[in-house]
Amino acid sequence: MVHAASDLLVSDVDEYLRLHENKTMLRFITCGSVDDGKSTLIGRLLYDSKLVFEDHLAALEADSKRVGTQGGDLDFALLVDGLSAEREQGITIDVAYRYFSTERRKFIVADTPGHEQYTRNMVTGASTAQLAVILVDARAGILTQTRRHSFLVSLMGIHQVVLAVNKLDLLDFSQDVFTQIEEEYRTFAAEIGLKHIVCIPISALRGDNVAESSVHTPWYGGPTLLEHLETVVVPVVGEDGPFRFPVQWVNRPDLDFRGFSGMIVGGSVRPGDRVQVLPSGRETTVSRLVSADGDLAEAVAGQSITITLEDELDVSRGDVIADASSLPGIAAQFEAHIVWMSEKEMLPGRTYLLKIGARTVGATLAQPKYKVNVNTLERVAAKTLELNEIGICNINLDRPVPFDPYEANRDMGGFILIDRFTNATVAAGLLHFALRRASNIHWQAIQVNKAAHAALKGQKPCVLWFTGISGAGKSTIANIVERKLHERGRHFYLLDGDNVRHGLNKDLGFTDADRVENIRRVTEVTSLMVDAGLIVLVSFISPFAAERHTARAQFAVGEFIEVHVDTTLAVAEARDRKGLYRKARRGELANFTGIDSPYEVPENPEIRIDTSQISGEAAADLIIEHLNRTGILSP
Amino acid sequence: MTSSRFAQLNTFSILAYLPAWVVAIVAVAGRRYFLGEAAAMKAFYPSKPPFPLLHVDTTWKFRAMYEFRDKAVSDLGLELLVYQNPECVRLGINPFTHGSVLHTQMWKTEGLRQALDHYGFDIAFGGARRDEEKSRAKERVFSLRSAEHRWDPKQQRPELWRAFNVRRRPGESFRVFPLSNWTELEVWQYIRLEQIPIVPLYYAAQRPVVERDGALIVVDDDRMPLEPGETPIEKSVRFRTLGCYPLTGAIESKADSLTGIIREMLLTSSSERQGRVIDHDESSSMEKKKTEGYF
Repeated sequence: MVHAASDLLVSDVDEYLRLHENKTMLRFITCGSVDDGKSTLIGRLLYDSKLVFEDHLAALEADSKRVGTQGGDLDFALLVDGLSAEREQGITIDVAYRYFSTERRKFIVADTPGHEQYTRNMVTGASTAQLAVILVDARAGILTQTRRHSFLVSLMGIHQVVLAVNKLDLLDFSQDVFTQIEEEYRTFAAEIGLKHIVCIPISALRGDNVAESSVHTPWYGGPTLLEHLETVVVPVVGEDGPFRFPVQWVNRPDLDFRGFSGMIVGGSVRPGDRVQVLPSGRETTVSRLVSADGDLAEAVAGQSITITLEDELDVSRGDVIADASSLPGIAAQFEAHIVWMSEKEMLPGRTYLLKIGARTVGATLAQPKYKVNVNTLERVAAKTLELNEIGICNINLDRPVPFDPYEANRDMGGFILIDRFTNATVAAGLLHFALRRASNIHWQAIQVNKAAHAALKGQKPCVLWFTGISGAGKSTIANIVERKLHERGRHFYLLDGDNVRHGLNKDLGFTDADRVENIRRVTEVTSLMVDAGLIVLVSFISPFAAERHTARAQFAVGEFIEVHVDTTLAVAEARDRKGLYRKARRGELANFTGIDSPYEVPENPEIRIDTSQISGEAAADLIIEHLNRTGILSP
Repeated sequence: MTSSRFAQLNTFSILAYLPAWVVAIVAVAGRRYFLGEAAAMKAFYPSKPPFPLLHVDTTWKFRAMYEFRDKAVSDLGLELLVYQNPECVRLGINPFTHGSVLHTQMWKTEGLRQALDHYGFDIAFGGARRDEEKSRAKERVFSLRSAEHRWDPKQQRPELWRAFNVRRRPGESFRVFPLSNWTELEVWQYIRLEQIPIVPLYYAAQRPVVERDGALIVVDDDRMPLEPGETPIEKSVRFRTLGCYPLTGAIESKADSLTGIIREMLLTSSSERQGRVIDHDESSSMEKKKTEGYF
């Protein structure tokens, strides 16, 4: 690596390395579109800081001739456009990280694309950045995308912004143009709360004011881009603020040692500090800071260590050890910004996995309060969020988690959402504050509990969950089971999809989001009925595995009996008692399961009935037999 | 301890991030893999790393690498697994008869896939860094591979903050790169600060070399067929990167100390992978190999 070969390097390598070891690091992102010359700027920074190897340079020269856009001149953009598919398309499609250093500082650059559909990538790149370089093409000025990038930068908690006004060489380095753009941007930035802004006139292609002051801009007295990056003061993320330590691993090499390993994400810690273990809330004192190089007297944010505590407390992975005098919040209901990152839209009511720190919990999102039009910053009503949309939602966790607002600590307030079935990362979220609502509604202790209700009825309560496509025979079979239970003097109730949609769920349609909410409500009602000691028959298409899974999780083991009423689409369509398939085929009925809305077949139902093979009576007998065998009817 | 990057060791924290899965550090005796071991020893201290080392062997590494590997493993008290693709053993695959492409494909890419399947590992740590090569710049820290070990650059999960999504379906696996954000210089600095032993091949010494296609190849054993008129000559050379000896070019150097190596690296002007014959086969060859299951 051809570092500017300082004399020091030649004369005293040890001293040179000592200086380099103590260099601070700056992580920044670059935002702008393909046309703004963003890749060119990064290539230029690498080139000017003499970090391009000769063999890379040879490849660059060859590539420049083959696919370059600079008529055979060095096309710096090719230095940073990594994957062959994008090289052919001439665009950057993902987040790429680049590394360079100068005599004063080390840098990691996240190169993020400026295309409209790639909010996802920019948010990803911004999540670890301390500063943003926003590029504008001087000829075009402040564009919609400039506003969008600035909003995302502000959202992700980046406080330092450089507005690099590029391609000024094409406008004879006009001061008027630059000043006009600067004024317009500062007005806008103030509106979205960006405070620290530096505007620099540059030409990435020619290198003006990138690493060296330009002779073409005598009217500009500020720093070059590189100078600014080298000297700007930015706190390390999490450095200030109270001590926070999410436990990643319980370290137990033998019976005599029990420590907790992880990385400090906020503040610092010393032996003797009073700390609380959350969410349990037990207080204790830090005993030792253990490292392979011996015990430490102090450890700070960003450092990975093993902590031991004075008292034997129950601490497990995902818990947070925190400064006892400045505690994080603990809550299970939040308001959060959600950035949706999946091709599949967000489904309010569905349970996703939420990962924050080292803790993973179940999370349900409410319908968004609104989404933000990232171009106009207007708040828009929304029922769901689609790829690259950003909204404000209430979020409900199945267990409380320790947290800090994102503004105070990115690691304690930023989270990802994971689809439980595909395991994809579907969203990123920023926690702002806890909703006190749920914690103020206390659970009223009930004297007569589920067991007492059930004993009175001489049965075990359960759910018979009938699922299957329309016309499969769910209601027919459920009706026969209902009759047989009645004959046996059992206590039960049938919840039928069509009937519930006439009342409780009459506000819901048939979109995916509404189907999820439909099942969520029915699950809650069923849960109350099971508490009352009843056998509950639920006859709903319930097309999605995720919601059936969520429903199952609400009940005790053995209480939830999934009955897949199975038949082929052809048989169901031939029956078509309600005439719905004909309507759907004529296009008069949208989102019809089996036609233009999916049905996800249950993988392991307790009972599977093929109604093209056996009669409704026989099917009902099978179910009664199952209830007998499992002791539901005669405990 | 200072506030420097090395005192903070933050990337190593990933090692401790993992739930209790079957994991392996895929080891060859390259310096960064031993850096990985040193890091793992630290991350889990005072426990030992709860996973073995896996060496996907090609039988064509330098002798010094095998010696170093065995000594390091015994010094650190770690478990070592060595896997050799049985098909390669049977066919006697080697770079001279079969060419570098087939050699690498069968011993390394296929060997690695077989080894992971054979032992049932679902996480394998590697020492790749994003600053090494263009297609690596977009690699995730937790890189998801399909049940067929394929890397799909378009289907990568976004990685925000330090919140890694480590969930996978049965059969899928992760390649994990804790050193993603390190640079070559930082690796050397860390080795120097921590006094981590490295394979002697990194230091300059008189070694018998022949020049082939512009690369200096050290004749490491008598399996290497010499061309007519080719006579190994003694030269002071060292290596910037280590792999199979017939495929790894040496550089002429007098740097016989760590400080000397670092000075040379800082003053030199070609990238470290340049010595690797496999990267030059075609323009996007690393990316292609990765989609096929290479690290």
